[in-house]
Amino acid sequence: MTPLLSVQGMTRSYGNHLGCSDVSFDLYPGEVMGIVGESGSGKSTLLNCLAGHLTPDAGSVIYDTRGHGPRDTVTMSEPERRMLGRTDWAFVHQRASDGLRMGVSAGGNVGERLMAIGNRHYGDIRGHAIDWLDRVEIDAGRIDDRPVTFSGGMQQRLQIARNLVTGPRLVFMDEPTGGLDVSVQARLLDLLRGLVRDMGLSAIIVTHDLAVVRLLADRLMVMKSGRVVEHGLTDRVLDDPQHAYTQLLVSSVLQV
Amino acid sequence: MSGYNFAYLDEQTKRMIRRAILKALAIPGYQVPFASREMPMPYGWGTGGVQVSAAVLTPEDRFKVIDQGADDTTNAVSIRRFFERTAGIATTTATRDATVIQTRHRIPEEPLREGQILVYQVPIPEPLRFLEPRESETRKMHSLAEYGLMHVKLYEDISRHGHIATTYAYPVKVEERYVMDPSPIPKFDNPKLSDCAAIQLFGAGREQRIYALPPYTTVASLDFDDHPFDPSRADHPCGLCGSVETYLDEVIMDDAGGRMFVCSDTDHCETRQNAGYRGKDAG
Repeated sequence: MTPLLSVQGMTRSYGNHLGCSDVSFDLYPGEVMGIVGESGSGKSTLLNCLAGHLTPDAGSVIYDTRGHGPRDTVTMSEPERRMLGRTDWAFVHQRASDGLRMGVSAGGNVGERLMAIGNRHYGDIRGHAIDWLDRVEIDAGRIDDRPVTFSGGMQQRLQIARNLVTGPRLVFMDEPTGGLDVSVQARLLDLLRGLVRDMGLSAIIVTHDLAVVRLLADRLMVMKSGRVVEHGLTDRVLDDPQHAYTQLLVSSVLQV
Repeated sequence: MSGYNFAYLDEQTKRMIRRAILKALAIPGYQVPFASREMPMPYGWGTGGVQVSAAVLTPEDRFKVIDQGADDTTNAVSIRRFFERTAGIATTTATRDATVIQTRHRIPEEPLREGQILVYQVPIPEPLRFLEPRESETRKMHSLAEYGLMHVKLYEDISRHGHIATTYAYPVKVEERYVMDPSPIPKFDNPKLSDCAAIQLFGAGREQRIYALPPYTTVASLDFDDHPFDPSRADHPCGLCGSVETYLDEVIMDDAGGRMFVCSDTDHCETRQNAGYRGKDAG
């Protein structure tokens, strides 16, 4: 089976300061990979390098494209990479305001990707937008409201709808539940789990919340100081941590 | 006119602007940066248009200036006098006699011919500006032809008003490539941009950009399949010349709700009246 995404020797530093170093892994279709680690461990740097938002210093990201088979997205041309970024990939930001156009209505936000790939039929676009608002449990009556009038949880769900409307195969998520209160988090996780299963999405989720990866991720990578210190099946890593840092991380979680 | 170089600007500056104009003509719709100069008028009064006019004027030219279609408004009169004094050139109000026409907010009703140059004054050249504030990002969007965002604006119009409510500065796509702001002309004038025999030059002084449409360039107004572009027009005949094909200004006549509709292109309207056409409000 061809991996959907194959990452080799991903390295990025900021001057003398190390972002991430020599990270390699494969992601198979339909698989959800969690990346955990403390703040500053390089997990967001890694995610941004994978998604093409940052240029890595070294390494390759081989993505199994729909049209042309496995291609290195680091060396492909920028128009191709940006095209991937708005069709076959999705990126969910921690703060919804980074991923949404706050001055544009919910319907316009969901429709933007469709218009970007050439849909020029207003009725179609609106139909898709209503369908997707329904799927992320936002009342269709809010379609013409701006995201600034939405609650934090609704904004995050709108961001997910906006990203998934083109039917991507790979979703990058940077702390998707950060900054939400626990009941809203639970609802969002439920929704994400449903979407990932229904659409057969592959996903890479960066978080420092172990509960999120326990629920969503099939496999887990633990990062510290820019390096992967442990990886394996999520339940194995969380129930039987081998590396000292992972043991510390797991034991730091409060049991209520 | 002693004390001024021909057409106010020094020759080096005119040369720099001509280079920008040539580049703009070579890449229709692309915004070429240029080193805009201070002009003896405030930004927003047509400094970009004036610099472009100064760069293309020759002593043999006959110059016309229109402001919202009229030859006799403050802006038009002062710019016309400016070039009378600094270039000593002949001026006219007749569209067909002019070789260079500087305009604000209108395209003349009379079809332009080969050999004429139409110079637009542009306040904000970037059609994506109010959707994407970062210049670095809009440049990238132009270079990669990523124009989905422009349709988001039209989508927002339809969702809020039921139809595309943009009535001026209506975005166009030039030769299937660059999306361009046609300056704040009414969308009624948009069809005249396309396949025009004259050279069309756009100058934005404050924003330091020049762009252009060479003669016979294809220019299409953006729209949706189920909400096609509609160059709307007030549903009245002109009160003075009776025309039912021109773009009209609405003039409030009294406090009792009296109003009349007249051609915004004063030269076109007067030409028709001299030819014997009369509207219902004509004396």
